[in-house]
Amino acid sequence: MWDWAFTLEILPTLAKAAVISIEATLIGFVLAAVLGLVLALVRIAIPWTAWPISVLVELIRSTPLLIQIFFLYFVFPSFGVTLDAFTAGVLALGIHYAAYCSEVYRAGFDNIHRGQWEASTALNLSAWTTFKDIIIPQAIPPIVPALGNYLVALFKETPLLSAIAVLELMQTAKIIGSETFRYTEPITLVGIFFLIMSLVSAAFIRAAERLLNRRPAR
Amino acid sequence: MTDKPMVRFDKVSKRYGPLTVLDSLELDIHRGEKVAIIGPSGSGKTTVLRMLMTLETIDDGVIWVEGEPLTHMERNGRLVPADQAHIRKIRSQIGMVFQSFNLFPHMTAMANCIEAPMTVLGMKKAEAEARAAELLEMVGLGQKKAHYPSQLSGGQQQRVAIARALAMRPKIMLFDEVTSALDPELVGEVLQVIRRLGSEHDLTMLMVTHQMGFAKEFADRICFFYQGKICEQGPPKEFFGNPKNERTRQFLHAVLEAG
Repeated sequence: MWDWAFTLEILPTLAKAAVISIEATLIGFVLAAVLGLVLALVRIAIPWTAWPISVLVELIRSTPLLIQIFFLYFVFPSFGVTLDAFTAGVLALGIHYAAYCSEVYRAGFDNIHRGQWEASTALNLSAWTTFKDIIIPQAIPPIVPALGNYLVALFKETPLLSAIAVLELMQTAKIIGSETFRYTEPITLVGIFFLIMSLVSAAFIRAAERLLNRRPAR
Repeated sequence: MTDKPMVRFDKVSKRYGPLTVLDSLELDIHRGEKVAIIGPSGSGKTTVLRMLMTLETIDDGVIWVEGEPLTHMERNGRLVPADQAHIRKIRSQIGMVFQSFNLFPHMTAMANCIEAPMTVLGMKKAEAEARAAELLEMVGLGQKKAHYPSQLSGGQQQRVAIARALAMRPKIMLFDEVTSALDPELVGEVLQVIRRLGSEHDLTMLMVTHQMGFAKEFADRICFFYQGKICEQGPPKEFFGNPKNERTRQFLHAVLEAG
């Protein structure tokens, strides 16, 4: 049933595809983390943006990622914006998860005691310094686990990029299957790869969490 | 510039919805004066400090600091609501110490004290640290520079907060019930620091306090607030010795009975 020789043969091809999956994950997540933070900050800094931003966030969260991927890849060209498959896919992943991340950041900011903002005002700190030195260093460590969960979730959604023929793991496994008529090994290997990467990421997140939450003992 | 008050509340009102917290307040505070604000809860006394620190907006009137409007700015000879740059400029003369300390928990005592001097005043790190070390020494915490707030007692945290505010070299210091959150045995150390500030520095001080004994001994003037207005004010001796207003008498009776 399981062909080890075939497994070894397809491993290098799958490994190359894994690099694409990891790239898509990392770029997509950096985009999500940064864009999400920007959305959360703008919402606080410019109060009138709260409503439009929450509509945008709701819109993105309430529609399937696959539709957003298709939208960027197939619909944007009719508006004169043509993106290659990888860019469209990564952009869709980033924007989709930015919506989720922005809510996580918002919760983090909401948890900062009002006195911290007031002390910053009383010390005449600028808005930028207040965010950079006072609010963000306190708001981020507690939300690292939540952001980390989205990193893993985003990673597990990269196979959706196969729908627009990005040569990531899933697409590559499908191609191998259709060319050799053997699906067992490629699909199983892809599953195992995702399992391992998810477990490794979870361990990293826990380590980061411990590092960030280090506080002097009382 | 004969004798411009350091702070002037000129018919200042503050409302929260239908509730008027301060009603057309008129109050002048002179350079170097130490004013204690007392009154029952909800009388608007903390709001006075918060408005002066620009933590609250005002609904009517103008607040002046050393003859310059704080809440407003002059444009074409008229006073218009101040923009952020103007507020920051005038606000730089004011420092505030809070009831709940509000130290930055992720920073050491030293880092708390150099953050604003470096980022707002543009001081070099070494210079800011030297100044902060002096101030921490003055509040009796020279040995605790590298401690985080969570490693300090309430009284120590409040003393760091005082040093932090002083590091910005304010001319006016606001103390908002600074001993209310402290265990009784820690109140003295904080009051001692404030006493020292009063005698060694040329600071104008406004404090909201429940420590009648301290107010009596320390302040030049007591202002008693009731329902958003100054009900009675005067030098401590007169105020405590011979209160004229019935409300004042009732309040003092209740407070002194309890304390």
